[in-house]
Amino acid sequence: MSKPVIATATLAGCFGCHMSLLDIDEKILDLIELVEFNKSPIDDIKNFTKKCDIGLIEGGCCNSENVHVLKDFRNNCKILISFGECAIMGGLPAFRNPIPIKECLEEAYLNGPSVKGHNESGILPNDDEIPMMLDKVYPCHEIVKIDYFLPGCPPSAELIWNALTALISGKEMNLPYEVIKFD
Amino acid sequence: MENDTVYSAISKYNQDKTRLMDILIEIQDNENYISDDAVRIISEKLELSIVDVEQTISFYHFLSKKSLGKYTIYLNNSVISNMNGRQIVAETFENEVGCKFGKVTEDGTIGLFDTACIGMSDQEPAALINGNVFIHLTPFRVKEIVRDIRAGKDVKNMHTSYLGGGQNKSEYLKSVVRNNIMRMGPVLSDDYNPGTIIKKKLVQLAPEQVIEEIKTSNIRGRGGAGFPTGFKWEFCRKAKGDKKYILCNADEGEPGTFKDRVILTERPKLLFEGMVIAGYSIGATEGILYLRYEYKYLKNYLENILEETRGKNLLGKDIGGIKGFNFDIRIQLGAGAYVCGEESALIESVEGKRGEPRDRPPFPVEKGYNDCPTVVNNVETLCSVVKIMLNGGEWYSSLGTHESTGTKVLSISGDCRYPGIYEVEWGLTISDILDMVGATGVQAIQVGGPSGSLIGPEEFERKLCYSDLVTGGSFIIFNYNRDLLKNVVLNFTDFFIEESCGSCVPCRAMTPLLKQKLEKILSGNGVANDLEDILKWGKLMKTNRCGLGHTAANPILTSLKNFRYLYEEKLERGKEYETGFNLEQAVSESCEATTRVPNF
Amino acid sequence: MADIINFTIDGKECMAEKGIFILQAAKENDIYIPSLCNYEGVKPQGSCRICSIKTNGQFVTACTTPVADGMEIENNTDEINDMRKSIIELLFVEGNHFCPACEMSGDCELQALAYRFQMMVPRFIYQFPLREIDARHPKILKDQNRCIRCKRCIRTIKDEKGRSVFAFYGRGKNIEVNVDPVLGSKLTDKLAAKAIEVCPVGSILPREKGFRTPIGQRKFDHEPIGSEYKH
Ligand SMILES: Cc1cc2nc3c(=O)[nH]c(=O)nc-3n(C[C@H](O)[C@H](O)[C@H](O)COP(=O)(O)O)c2cc1C
Ligand code: SF4
Ligand code: SF4
Ligand code: SF4
Ligand code: FES
Ligand code: FES
Repeated sequence: MSKPVIATATLAGCFGCHMSLLDIDEKILDLIELVEFNKSPIDDIKNFTKKCDIGLIEGGCCNSENVHVLKDFRNNCKILISFGECAIMGGLPAFRNPIPIKECLEEAYLNGPSVKGHNESGILPNDDEIPMMLDKVYPCHEIVKIDYFLPGCPPSAELIWNALTALISGKEMNLPYEVIKFD
Repeated sequence: MENDTVYSAISKYNQDKTRLMDILIEIQDNENYISDDAVRIISEKLELSIVDVEQTISFYHFLSKKSLGKYTIYLNNSVISNMNGRQIVAETFENEVGCKFGKVTEDGTIGLFDTACIGMSDQEPAALINGNVFIHLTPFRVKEIVRDIRAGKDVKNMHTSYLGGGQNKSEYLKSVVRNNIMRMGPVLSDDYNPGTIIKKKLVQLAPEQVIEEIKTSNIRGRGGAGFPTGFKWEFCRKAKGDKKYILCNADEGEPGTFKDRVILTERPKLLFEGMVIAGYSIGATEGILYLRYEYKYLKNYLENILEETRGKNLLGKDIGGIKGFNFDIRIQLGAGAYVCGEESALIESVEGKRGEPRDRPPFPVEKGYNDCPTVVNNVETLCSVVKIMLNGGEWYSSLGTHESTGTKVLSISGDCRYPGIYEVEWGLTISDILDMVGATGVQAIQVGGPSGSLIGPEEFERKLCYSDLVTGGSFIIFNYNRDLLKNVVLNFTDFFIEESCGSCVPCRAMTPLLKQKLEKILSGNGVANDLEDILKWGKLMKTNRCGLGHTAANPILTSLKNFRYLYEEKLERGKEYETGFNLEQAVSESCEATTRVPNF
Repeated sequence: MADIINFTIDGKECMAEKGIFILQAAKENDIYIPSLCNYEGVKPQGSCRICSIKTNGQFVTACTTPVADGMEIENNTDEINDMRKSIIELLFVEGNHFCPACEMSGDCELQALAYRFQMMVPRFIYQFPLREIDARHPKILKDQNRCIRCKRCIRTIKDEKGRSVFAFYGRGKNIEVNVDPVLGSKLTDKLAAKAIEVCPVGSILPREKGFRTPIGQRKFDHEPIGSEYKH
């Protein structure tokens, strides 16, 4: 039987969740025994080369590129998991959500203390090459269907390990009280 | 000067905390806003904190810390107003006045605002301008009104065409409001000489005997909840307390209801006598009529009648010659909050506070106004009581059906030939009622207002009675040209979102989420699961504290139950999951801000 | 001697003094009914609705309803627990709860209830309302993003004249709990500490102090809220 295939991505996140994934220490060797990685920053595979069993998403969606990647994951992964608070509820990037995007951009490029007076042309970045900003940072499940959620900022290595091994082996997830935390 | 208004309002009400509402209303009406200074002065004089005063101000729709314009125009935005051409009226107002709704003109002269149903559903579109009612608005009339305002006319003298019928045209009212009484029964009939019961009957009867008579009649409260009136009085009579109160609920906030307005206009003496009878029965010395702010135009008229009544010894000391029976009535104005119709919220409001319903128990009959035993009754209930005392409980219970005795005054509006009020015996079917008012081609009826249910033709044989279709009396009729979900259900849901007091989590937070679901479905992004979610989530509303929260999801829940096909028509077929996320929409704001053409 | 009455919770026979609230009566029988807006020793005012139980087929709040003889109470059922979980989820989406950046994380009663009910994600759409942080007062910070409008502070914190330091502002979904501009600036150390203590979440915070307890030693790091009860 071939090994289950896993893909991972970071959208509007800080890579903390991926660090936590690596934080399972020597168990990472077991994991590599158990599964095969496809598209992921871990192995630097840039595009899906086959359908995957599990997709792990870190970070919410703050721009059109994120949405594109997320939809690509949904199309290529049987099971999609939001891991980390950012993927689940927007996380710290979503601090901007209550404020209209126009104001955010103006603060960042025109009026903020570090830019005020330095952006003489008064231009907000608008090159066609850069992704378009969304009106707010969206939790992933508000864009596509997400099958599982692993909370935490970052989710603890133990939680990730427990969840992944359960999914791979088809056993029920056994998540003790201590591993589910929002911080 | 402004501060003079503040000081005089405070001293007029003896620096009494519990009269905070009156003080605030007085300042609002004179200055069209309540300034920071006013708040500070009130807080000092009444020994309240500033946030306490602001807590009351910010709760009520008609009180404001920002100026609302010298002429404050509130145009009703109820379903019926919309059905009768509100949009063109609103546009004309905006064009003529030169500002949008929600704003005041730059010179501070005119403010344009939305307001929920003002109790004129049989003569919409209607508006309140500085407390005066304007009905049957058309673009022509709007232009005329704005011209008069610009000319500096007093709002009271802006009625060019006609005054309404009956007492509306009387000296103290001079209002254009119409009664549209289409059918009279014992409550509305004009065959009673006020004071007869007090002078001829009360003199001979012990309070317990009066209560017995009311119990015999089997009358139940006409305000919607339907609690047996005799028992309510008996509980209050037996409750311990030095002082007891009778409060009359004239808040009439349920959209589509306007019968109490007509009773207040045409039968105020009957109502006051009913309050006296109730006061006598429970042992109260004070009665308070809680009048919704929208009906402020009736206040002087009613106060004049109270004065007249005192003159006839039907109020005051030793009423009707009954030694030691002292009872008087004052009028308390509301300030715009539907939830204040809920009896315990009403009590909070009369005490000068924000109208947040209380936890029950204790019930008002044990612990109500000022923590004293209190009876709260609807206007119609109290009027019926007089007729029960006149003709006997037996007579009353012979009307209507066996378990729903007597008559009910209905407020009927919407798509029918003769909107207005109808007093009928309980037990009519919906079809009977539609025939009565000249309604054909009916798609749906909202029975009991937004908190009631939206029913369709399959249910038109149902009966009006407590064991089948209960109602506070409002019927809004919709023909097949009406878009029920978009124009009715959404509007009612917005009403509840606006009117929730905000205390209970499900009431304040769930209703907006249910609305989002409805919008998702209306925008074509709904899937079958969304309907299941609505049903499941809607159940949570039953955990709320008061009737508002219990029924706030009813427009959505009852329409989903009775008009499921309307929802199903709009669903995306064959799709199991859909978030409704729309990338074009989500980037449009940032692209606009950065002057960039979206590319996908 | 006070009257003792009998009642049941989920079929278990219980006894309590007549007239006390169901929440208290359950506690005395070592049964946990989750609560949030309730604060022991302060007059209850059921607003969170989490303590709702069912009796006679109807929901009533355990913190405000007196227990009665013969009452049959449903508490720990799937239906009721899911209702409670929904309410917790509503609170998360109606405000802005960024737990990773919150000083109260680990000691917060709302978060603890979410842990207890295993909330992995709310079933509702996040609303992200615009809310402010009021930093005008010398001793406390008031973060409106995290306020769950439980009224604990409103009910508890009064000055020597009985005036409210905290009060509601507005109504409906936009309701907020404001600090009095005058009384807030004159708050005594004792009252400030009390306000911080009664707030179940991170909405009333001390100034210039934060994240004092290391992760692992906070109130709800190891055991769920309500663990002190047998049932
Ligand atoms: C949100 C809400 C609004 C209400 N509005 C009114 C009202 O406008 N008029 C009224 O008489 N009763 C209203 N009621 C019912 C009152 O709480 C109360 O039952 C009634 O005034 C008692 O009088 P009755 O027994 O004569 O009907 C309302 C109830 C709720 C929950
Ligand atoms: S149900 Fe709604 S209106 Fe009633 S008390 Fe609760 S929040 Fe207020
Ligand atoms: S108050 Fe509680 S739930 Fe809210 S962000 Fe802070 S820790 Fe999380
Ligand atoms: S500030 Fe804290 S105690 Fe006060 S209402 Fe908000 S959450 Fe409750
Ligand atoms: S990136 Fe992992 S929680 Fe924010
Ligand atoms: S604890 Fe009872 S309603 Fe909040």
